[in-house]
Amino acid sequence: MKIIDKIFKFSGGIRAETYKDISTKNPIKSLLIPKKLILPLRQHVGKISRLKIKVGDRVLKGQLIAEADGNVSAAVHAPTSGLITSMEKELIPHPSGLPDFCLTLVPDGKDIWMDRKVIDYKKIGFNETIKKLRNSGIVGLGGAAFPSHLKLTSYQKNQVHTLIINAAECEPYITCDDMLMRERGLDLIKGILLVQELLGAKKSIIGIEDNKPEAIKVLRGLVIDSNIQIKVVPTIYPSGDAKRLIYLINGIQIPKDKRSSEFGIQMFNVATLVSIHRYINFGEPSISRIVTITGNVHKPQNYDVLFGTPLEYLIKDTGGQIVNNDTYIMGGPMMGFKLPSKKVPVTKAMNCVISAEPEMLAEKKEVLPCIRCARCADACPVMLQPQELYWFAKSKQLESAEEYKLFDCIECGCCSYVCPSNIPLVQFYRYAKSEIIENVRNSEEANIARERNEFRINRLEREKQERAERNAQRRAQNTPEEKSKLIDEKRKEISDALNRISNTKEKI
Amino acid sequence: MINQQSPFIQKPQSVSVIMFMVLGALLPAIIVNVYYYGIGVLLNIILASITALFAEFLILKMRKIDIKSSLGDGSALVAAWLLAVSVPSISPWWIIFIGTLFTIVVAKHFYGGLGSNLFNPAMIGYAVLLISFPSVMTKWPASIDISMQQSLDLFFSGTTLAIDSISSATPLDYIKTELFQGSTISEIKNNASISTALAGIHYVAIAYFFGGLFLFFKKIITWHLPITFLVSIIAIASLFNIIDPQQFSTPIFHLINGGTILCAFFIITDPVSGPTTPRGKIVFAFLAALIILLIRNFGGYPEGIAFAVIFLNICVPLIDKLTQPKVFGHD
Repeated sequence: MKIIDKIFKFSGGIRAETYKDISTKNPIKSLLIPKKLILPLRQHVGKISRLKIKVGDRVLKGQLIAEADGNVSAAVHAPTSGLITSMEKELIPHPSGLPDFCLTLVPDGKDIWMDRKVIDYKKIGFNETIKKLRNSGIVGLGGAAFPSHLKLTSYQKNQVHTLIINAAECEPYITCDDMLMRERGLDLIKGILLVQELLGAKKSIIGIEDNKPEAIKVLRGLVIDSNIQIKVVPTIYPSGDAKRLIYLINGIQIPKDKRSSEFGIQMFNVATLVSIHRYINFGEPSISRIVTITGNVHKPQNYDVLFGTPLEYLIKDTGGQIVNNDTYIMGGPMMGFKLPSKKVPVTKAMNCVISAEPEMLAEKKEVLPCIRCARCADACPVMLQPQELYWFAKSKQLESAEEYKLFDCIECGCCSYVCPSNIPLVQFYRYAKSEIIENVRNSEEANIARERNEFRINRLEREKQERAERNAQRRAQNTPEEKSKLIDEKRKEISDALNRISNTKEKI
Repeated sequence: MINQQSPFIQKPQSVSVIMFMVLGALLPAIIVNVYYYGIGVLLNIILASITALFAEFLILKMRKIDIKSSLGDGSALVAAWLLAVSVPSISPWWIIFIGTLFTIVVAKHFYGGLGSNLFNPAMIGYAVLLISFPSVMTKWPASIDISMQQSLDLFFSGTTLAIDSISSATPLDYIKTELFQGSTISEIKNNASISTALAGIHYVAIAYFFGGLFLFFKKIITWHLPITFLVSIIAIASLFNIIDPQQFSTPIFHLINGGTILCAFFIITDPVSGPTTPRGKIVFAFLAALIILLIRNFGGYPEGIAFAVIFLNICVPLIDKLTQPKVFGHD
């Protein structure tokens, strides 16, 4: 079994200060239900959910309030019992900073569950189970928010043999998965066994960074099934990136445009597995999650929060900011984004909120020219040449950028992290990518317009030809007598008309 | 994506830290040099530094670039110091002055300044001096005791003293001349003056080596360039030496003479004008070693580092393009 225990280190990555222990000193905390919940109708990747209730309706805890619209979509449930008071566009935690449709639920404080039904997945069969999961509201809780039922169905086409559990949690500051494993390890193991069975996978491998010894200890104590293996990987960001983690564990490099299921591997985040277990075995849909509130606050810790809870409610509980700057970052410091306001609700994608440390907002040091030191290339986990991509992006050589695999860039931020010239490299790549996408779209539009124009010219040409042919045909059919008769008729018509006109003129 | 400014944390070695580490790594060799050959090298460094900073200041002002951050990045000083340790320590002041001016103004700023120069600036400065003033540039100190007074006289007034009494050709130059006149290596080795000059050179080379190790352990440079370069020098020199020991010097001789060690750790490791890919670095270092030995063994000049590096600088875009590493997930 030596070979299987091997870790395949990926090239690059960084060892950043993790700041994880500041938020793991206290157990996961639950709060009283807030006065109102704001529930965005799009908390997932895919189509916005379809509303199933009206404003003014009373709902029970766990009740479906918006269902998945199509396959790539997810449902939304009421996190507690209460009254739906409005549906309006409100600020949501999204990098665009734009408002989106949200329901407001005013809790009645009774927290009454709807009728929870355990799903006997063995009895109803796989297809029915997936159908039910489509309305469980469960999405990837690692931050990507991809609807989970899609990841389970892909197995039909490609046999999945290995379930990989992403417990790496490689971004600094974030500890929600760590705390979940420490406190709810048994739920996780049950979730793993359940999903392994649904996928028909032969084994499961938990990939966890070595900076979580407590969680590793808990899991080791719980794993009795030989089908589940724990692989401790070194703490090198971005080991939690799906393709990097698969490589660490299996040594397989999955190309950018391929899915891991094509290689017989499917990956789930720990919190997602616990949610699936809670849904199938207890009938509880996805209505809450664990969120790390950390950074520049008095008491950083993890909370088990109902979706829709305003962020400021949590911030207040931590004792507020130490240094007041009213800036909050969602996700980790490497790939996260600034929230538009602390009034935004907790959503399915919100794994962590960092109250910005003053140095995170400090005026960026002056950008110096690139000295081609290639530290970025050494740090790039995708083995790109960031210094070349930077040059191409800056000089708008977009074709060269594509040739140097710009679109393989995962925007992990390692290059910016190590750049001695303080160049915001990732921003350059985001810009170049959007430029290329824009160009493609423009050229597609231009193509469509050109095709339409060509079609029109063809049509006019064809009509002209057809008319000419028709005329020619008519001419050919008509005998000389008929023709002269026709001409006579026309002449008569014209002279009649002229007579009429002169008559009317005379009358006047 | 207005709020997408990640990453929010950063922990780089800044450009100026990198540059000052390089300067620091040169110190042991400078100290050893002063011990064996007097303060000549220090005078060169001081004048080179003043000239470089002054020239940089003027050019930055003309180009309207922020002087505070750019002058403080240390890059001008690195180029100036590298030139200063490359010219003979008994050369008059105007040598280093002209060389430094050319290095900073032409080789660095005419090409766009920090990060944009195609060629290694110090090597351009060196090549210009070597071609323009060959007699001065090939006179190296021979004797071990040069007094401070002598150094100062040489520096400020050039040839007032009988320069020939304390200068000699470098071992590389000497061997080249003697070989040209038909001597064999074993005959040349018996000459006394060359062994005197050699003593100091050995220790300077060792000091450069330790400076290079410092840069390696501080992660300022990677192993690719210096190791490939030194291994290639040994391998190629051995090959020549095996073919004809009377015509071609030993690999050890090539290793410690001329600027071999300096070149390995400080010259070809210039990131701006060098290759960036790991395989590219290996190719570059091998070719540098090959060209240097070809020039030393067959060329018109005793030493070929400057010409080899300048030539290879032109090839860097090609080398980089042909040695792109395999991207994750691609075949």
